[in-house]
Amino acid sequence: MTAAPKIKMTGVKKAFGPKVVLDGFDLEVLPRESVVIMGGSGSGKSVALKCILGLVTPDDGHIEIDGVEVTNLSRKDREAVNAKIGMLFQNAALFDSLSVWENIAFGLIQGRKMARDKARDIAHEKLAQVGMGADVGALSPAELSGGMRKRVGLARAIAGDPDIIFFDEPTTGLDPIMGHVIDDLIVKCVREVGATALSITHDMASARRISDRMAMLFKGKNIWQGPTSSVDESGNDHVDQFINGRADGPIQMEVFKP
Amino acid sequence: MKEKRNLLRRIGAAFLRFLEGAGKLTVFALRATSHCFRPPLYPRLIGQQMVDIGYYSLPVVGMTTLFAGMVLALQSYTGFARFSAESAIPNVVVLSITRELGPVLAGLMIAGRIGAAMAAEVGTMRVTEQIDALNTLATNPFKYLVAPRLIAGVTMMPLLVLVGDVIGVFGGYIVSVYKLGFNASAYIQNTWEFLEFQDVASGLVKAAVFGYLVALMGCYHGYQSRGGAQGVGAATTNAVVSASILILISNYIITEIYFAQ
Ligand SMILES: Nc1ncnc2c1ncn2[C@@H]1O[C@H](COP(=O)(O)OP(=O)(O)OP(=O)(O)O)[C@@H](O)[C@H]1O
Ligand SMILES: [Mg+2]
Repeated sequence: MTAAPKIKMTGVKKAFGPKVVLDGFDLEVLPRESVVIMGGSGSGKSVALKCILGLVTPDDGHIEIDGVEVTNLSRKDREAVNAKIGMLFQNAALFDSLSVWENIAFGLIQGRKMARDKARDIAHEKLAQVGMGADVGALSPAELSGGMRKRVGLARAIAGDPDIIFFDEPTTGLDPIMGHVIDDLIVKCVREVGATALSITHDMASARRISDRMAMLFKGKNIWQGPTSSVDESGNDHVDQFINGRADGPIQMEVFKP
Repeated sequence: MKEKRNLLRRIGAAFLRFLEGAGKLTVFALRATSHCFRPPLYPRLIGQQMVDIGYYSLPVVGMTTLFAGMVLALQSYTGFARFSAESAIPNVVVLSITRELGPVLAGLMIAGRIGAAMAAEVGTMRVTEQIDALNTLATNPFKYLVAPRLIAGVTMMPLLVLVGDVIGVFGGYIVSVYKLGFNASAYIQNTWEFLEFQDVASGLVKAAVFGYLVALMGCYHGYQSRGGAQGVGAATTNAVVSASILILISNYIITEIYFAQ
């Protein structure tokens, strides 16, 4: 594949005070590709996504989207870039002052100035795709269960048919069947709609289903990446330990034993 | 010697922190204010905020100024009766209410009611990543969250204070007529006779400034809040305290400006 990368991160660094989270992180995502980032809890996966979105400003390094450097964009250009990205936040981050359908239609109504009636129809359509009926649309986010909130967040992320979609743990908190449905939806977004997807997940079965390629974030760096089919023969101890979920190996979880 | 140097260092650090905070606030205020004048504006959201500030605060502000007017009549009677100047009471009541007590008391009440609510709401949106979500949906949080609140604060506070002024003067009237035995029509005439446009206008200018300050502090502290429920709680407290202090300081400054004329 020689296509220009859709997203390109080179040497991205980010520290919060003394705590170094990203330490020269590199990643390339090609157009219409689905990439999953693996990595331990607290290793900085969410921070990496937020860097691409401009919600967190990296201390150093470059991030390009469609070949355009985005680390020092003006407010207006940033809005234009973000308009083609959809993001599912780890905790859904639904607007609790708005109803469910207004949440899903938010980008359409505010960003694209679509008429409310039309936006509502699209919202209900997306709601159906994540397995919820139109009756849920009128509820407020506070009335939803955790898994329902996640799915509404997902519907909001894909409502504008974005070019690039970020999924921060799309299937956490869902039952296995619904998890499967969501995986299929993600695959559909990539295969049929032609979006580029960058996901974070701890669920290895789901990761295998949705990704073309995987990358492993460890100690702030991308220590391994390769096609999903080769993840079992990565030859990397860290990856082996991670995908098999073994407690002992090169990755030492910081657990304090009494 | 060493202790002295430590003390100096701490004072220096505190001073620098203060300057940093003041700088941050100034940038925030300029950015937020500039968004009030640049489209797109959100009429729906501005309307919502206006109803919240203007309409739902009426009972609180009305009660406050009513009792302020009443107690003012009583107290000035005590003072003025000593040198038989009771006839000045209507005048004292209307001047104090329109120039000072109306705007300041309403401002402080609004700081508690609206400033706290704004800080809590914006702060919760910050810590639950809703503000980040706004950004990813290509919506500027300054335009969507801050500007409507500032616009509503600046426009509704004068209206609120105007109503409060009327109620406050009415409070003075009730006490004077029904308790102190004033003649009703003479009281009203006295009230009108010495009242100048300037008195009311200066009070309304103050009200607009206070409305701006309350909304600004609510949004600023909410926007800056970090770290969960505790952070939001601290933001709420800071918003109310800083808005109240700024109201009192700016009240003096505006009075001084009008006084000099
Ligand atoms: N705004 C912030 N301020 C300070 N530290 C932060 C901030 N955001 C993240 N961190 C720190 O950065 C590290 C990485 O956080 P991040 O949310 O990216 O983890 P993650 O890889 O997504 O983990 P998980 O799988 O549990 O979601 C954490 O140790 C966290 O403490
Ligand atoms: Mg995360």
